[in-house]
Amino acid sequence: MIQPYERPAGVHPPLDFPAYKSTQLRAPLRKLVPLPHGLTELTGPVHGWDPVTAADADLTTRHAGEPLGERIIVTGRVLDSDGRPVPDTLIEVWQANAAGRYAHRVDDHPAPLDPNFDGAGRCLTDASGRYRFVTIKPGAYPWGNHHNAWRPAHIHFSLFGRAFTQRLITQMYFPNDPLFPFDPIFNSVPDPKARQRMVASFEMDLTEPEWALAYTWDIVLRGREATVFEEG
Amino acid sequence: MSPVRLPITPSQTVGPFLAIGLPWPDGPFVVPPGTAGAITITGQVIDGAGQPVPDAMVETWQADEDGRFDHPEDPRGAAKPRTEGFRGFGRCATDVNGSYRFVTVKPGSLPAPDGGLEAPHLDVSVFSRGLLDRVVTRIYFADEAAANAADPVLASVDDDRRATLIAVGDPAGQPGEYQFDIRLRGDSETVFFDV
Repeated sequence: MIQPYERPAGVHPPLDFPAYKSTQLRAPLRKLVPLPHGLTELTGPVHGWDPVTAADADLTTRHAGEPLGERIIVTGRVLDSDGRPVPDTLIEVWQANAAGRYAHRVDDHPAPLDPNFDGAGRCLTDASGRYRFVTIKPGAYPWGNHHNAWRPAHIHFSLFGRAFTQRLITQMYFPNDPLFPFDPIFNSVPDPKARQRMVASFEMDLTEPEWALAYTWDIVLRGREATVFEEG
Repeated sequence: MSPVRLPITPSQTVGPFLAIGLPWPDGPFVVPPGTAGAITITGQVIDGAGQPVPDAMVETWQADEDGRFDHPEDPRGAAKPRTEGFRGFGRCATDVNGSYRFVTVKPGSLPAPDGGLEAPHLDVSVFSRGLLDRVVTRIYFADEAAANAADPVLASVDDDRRATLIAVGDPAGQPGEYQFDIRLRGDSETVFFDV
């Protein structure tokens, strides 16, 4: 029998979280039914079918001109909780522009669109699980959740890992954002230490002089359940 | 093995703008258009007020027609799928009516973790604004009654909720056209799994 993946407790946000208003029509109320990890859960898509190019990881060079805003490098590793790198896995990102506006018809925030920025990118991790994007720092933006609600600046990250159980979509935040205490989505994660794991670090050593600042952010997907032997 | 455990990264919602980064033009095609023997699975994602959810994304993952996975974790060995171009994976954003549609082949039965057989099924993830984590369900098939009756996962679900996991033939449609609605919340809420 193949070892199943761990079921993390107390890390992911609860689905029913009234401070985030949209949960109140969409979050299931019935108790989730435990699903034993069989072959469908232990396997997953590995994406050999659609070539990902190096250009896909640079969100600043996709249009005729350069986007406005602060050019940044975002890099890090994808690991599992056993400490193993996750190589050759697809990462997809999307984000607002420097003014805090998404290139999406539903976004009616009165901030300018940037014709040189669509905010989407993707890459594959290398053999050591490393990824690297070049983009611009997204702006904070208001949203309708409650009076004077603002989202801290963030980049959406979508990850597959190697198994259905490892699928993760999350958000990367920037250090020392003054909006953290006021954001119900950030604070939906119950454990304050787990919240900090969504915050990237500024990394002076990785900045490129005269060109871009740099942030590092490691992402940890679920690993195998610890065996009795390992726990002993 | 080292006993070191790295703490995992929490989930966050996809928000209302997933359409910028996630949909693929060919995402709904688990098999290429025109594949002989292909089936379609069509449905709506519906919220707790009975309204369609127009900004969700549905993903599917499944075995091939022989119940095999082209993946190193399949203990029977990674198997090249019988159907050319079969991906196992599908991804479809919902439209303004909350509707999605996949073109695929019906998977075979496959071994269950504790012996026995799991009936043909697809694992499904739903992402949307208002969901802080994905929700996971399974699609089974109404015309696999015998296999469904022996399926250990269906057996673990309350009798009165089991039907929420079963795709039915479209009465107005052709054979191989299945319907599967996903009700996120409310009286007829779909069964969602803790994976």
